[in-house]
Amino acid sequence: MIEIKISEKPLQTSTCIEWVMSPACGGIDVFIGTVRNATKGKQVLRLEFEAYEAMALKEMQKLAEQAFEKWDVQKVLIHHRTGVLQVGEVPVIIAVAAAHRAAAFDACRYIIDTLKETVPIWKREFFEDGDVWVAAHP
Amino acid sequence: MKVNVLAFGIAKEIFNGSSAEIDLNEEATVSDLRTALEEKYPRLKQLASFMLAVNNEYAEGNDILQQRDEIAIIPPVSGG
Repeated sequence: MIEIKISEKPLQTSTCIEWVMSPACGGIDVFIGTVRNATKGKQVLRLEFEAYEAMALKEMQKLAEQAFEKWDVQKVLIHHRTGVLQVGEVPVIIAVAAAHRAAAFDACRYIIDTLKETVPIWKREFFEDGDVWVAAHP
Repeated sequence: MKVNVLAFGIAKEIFNGSSAEIDLNEEATVSDLRTALEEKYPRLKQLASFMLAVNNEYAEGNDILQQRDEIAIIPPVSGG
């Protein structure tokens, strides 16, 4: 089973974990991305995430399907937030349930690592003295 | 033909709007669009890279564009 969502509303960690729970699964791996208060020693005030939503949902769905192809997993959930987020808030949750833990760990890591490379979502960091679109420039 | 190119992230700042209209020959390819965009918006060349998407899929340079396609410029992504 696959559950994909992009939302402007706060993500619900416990709801996501409950969704992947299953009697057939012996392990759940959860990655929770959180807004950090600094980048390269510079204080971050807040972040803003923008998504090309139709395509981002499609790419997230592909990642989940790839996880099923590569590993013996039972349930995959990928939620991403958009809009303005304060320090400590949660932009992304990946939850994977599998019969055995190795598959859950590997699939979870693959999904977050690949999401950062392929899913059309953009992060803007706001500092005291301006803002920057992350990764835009070399 | 005129195609409309959706913009996100820093590309919105470069286009000074959420989309840009570009004039292309009939049967133009994704590469032709890339060249036309870089000519009209030289700041695109300063980006680490950018991709083009057609109908919500990453496009290859030799893909042929149709006027009705949903086209988007995808600057380096940074989700998660």
